[in-house]
Amino acid sequence: MDFIAILSIFVLACFVGYYVVWSVTPALHTPLMAVTNAISSVIVVGALVAGAASAGWSSWLGLAAVTLASINIFGGFAVTARMLAMYKKKER
Amino acid sequence: MEHTVLPSWALIAYLVSGVLFILSLRGLSSPATSRRGNRMGMFGMTLAVATTLITQAPIPLGHWWPRPTSADLITLVKIIAAIGLGAVIGLTTARRIQMTAMPQLVAAFHSLVGLAAVLVGWAAYLNPAAFGILHADGAIDPVSRIELGLGIAIGAITFSGSVIAFAKLNGNMSGAAILLPGRHVINLGTLLAILGLVGWFTQDQSLWVIAAVTVLAFVIGFLLIVPIGGADMPVVVSMLNSYSGWAAAAMGFTLHNTAMIITGALVGSSGAILSYIMCKAMNRSFLSVIAGGFGAEAGPAGEAKEQRPWKRGSAEDAAFLLKEAEQVIIIPGYGMAVAQAQHVLREMGDQLKKEGVRVKYAIHPVAGRMPGHMNVLLAEANVPYEEVFELEDINSEFAQTDVAFIIGANDVVNPAAKTDKGSPIYGMPVFDVDKAKTIMFIKRSMGGVGYAGVDNDVFYMDQTMMLLADAKKMVEDIVKALQH
Repeated sequence: MDFIAILSIFVLACFVGYYVVWSVTPALHTPLMAVTNAISSVIVVGALVAGAASAGWSSWLGLAAVTLASINIFGGFAVTARMLAMYKKKER
Repeated sequence: MEHTVLPSWALIAYLVSGVLFILSLRGLSSPATSRRGNRMGMFGMTLAVATTLITQAPIPLGHWWPRPTSADLITLVKIIAAIGLGAVIGLTTARRIQMTAMPQLVAAFHSLVGLAAVLVGWAAYLNPAAFGILHADGAIDPVSRIELGLGIAIGAITFSGSVIAFAKLNGNMSGAAILLPGRHVINLGTLLAILGLVGWFTQDQSLWVIAAVTVLAFVIGFLLIVPIGGADMPVVVSMLNSYSGWAAAAMGFTLHNTAMIITGALVGSSGAILSYIMCKAMNRSFLSVIAGGFGAEAGPAGEAKEQRPWKRGSAEDAAFLLKEAEQVIIIPGYGMAVAQAQHVLREMGDQLKKEGVRVKYAIHPVAGRMPGHMNVLLAEANVPYEEVFELEDINSEFAQTDVAFIIGANDVVNPAAKTDKGSPIYGMPVFDVDKAKTIMFIKRSMGGVGYAGVDNDVFYMDQTMMLLADAKKMVEDIVKALQH
């Protein structure tokens, strides 16, 4: 993909983000932050690329980043699930 | 430029995981769909990770058959160990954390994304071939250099800024605004230097350039957040949320990865919108929050005031009036979180409902230390969310309300925001508690003023009853009194 194609995806995704986030109910703004935190750890993809390559320093940095991002992924989704479960009990 | 060419199925898989992330945020539009949204997010992440593991070494499928080399196995074990370590730490933290500590946790998580971005950026710099950004002549692609430089810079700012935000929220560091002389000049200078160095990096890919960018970005992250006071943390946390997104997006550009770019844009906009909502709820411009120092200059408020008469009430008095009321609106603030009073508050609400009182909760957008903080605490205490209202939905009801019950909030009920042009909080939308027949104000003592350092006329109104005690203790006493 060339730069322009990537840039187009990015710009369109910003618009999608804008409309999707405005539709989030204010009561769920804290879970929103927790879940955006978890998904921004998709940076783990880059960390895995570096960690999987067999090149000294770079791969160790990658592995460290894999650990950091994994803390966030597991922690972020789990804490979001915990919060959202508290909103559940009152659905009756 | 020779980019690692991924198979089409992998490109599509990344696209799908990007779409799943969009749907996961979409799910948060209502509590009913939110859990499905969260699961979609998890699924999207699993897909992205699996795709990466399969397409990148060490598992090129052909190579695995008939048998993997031992070097491949070692790499794979290392990766699994790294993920496993993160999973254990992440899951334990998520399980143990108290709901009142959620702002700190989110700040800590932001710092990890920031640091991960810095590490990935450095890894790409040290091994550009693995990222497919190496030209045949041994130089890193210039466009990728800008992306790397910006990604590292944003990541480093996110990291150090979040560490400071965490320390302030967690009480490891004074929540007060700490002001350096000439800080605007220093900050602006550092920012320009970072941008200049990123520009220079396209000409000269030496190590010192990228190292200087990293160090300066760490420094500016500290400098930016240190002068911002505790009550402005909702804006700061949202802003850092946004930055962590932009950092992920920058790395996505380097890797030409759709999932990362879509996610980065989503998270970036999400944080930006939350910052905007928070600023609007305080009637302050984003720049003035970032410039910092709010609440630091409010010197004269406490001293020069004449003593005005106010009325003190007891838990029994409060219980009596509450029981007689038709409608009670409870306004929680950060003080409720500090005192951990949400559970006993819900008990009080239940008692009152038994007496036939209509109980509603009113939440100001900036109540607490992060967007939606109070909502989560009330949800934790099992307050039905139909009883919880936002500022604009409930503000007209105070005139028909018998008791406005303020617990741990102050600035958000201060009428000076409506009347006093000289007040630092002038123009901030506030609850019209003065229209209620009776105001009950739980406060530790008459000494302290709100975060903004302004006196509150509500204390001295005829219909106000000051309940001076620890919030949790006071509500417990009221509950006891209600039971008699």
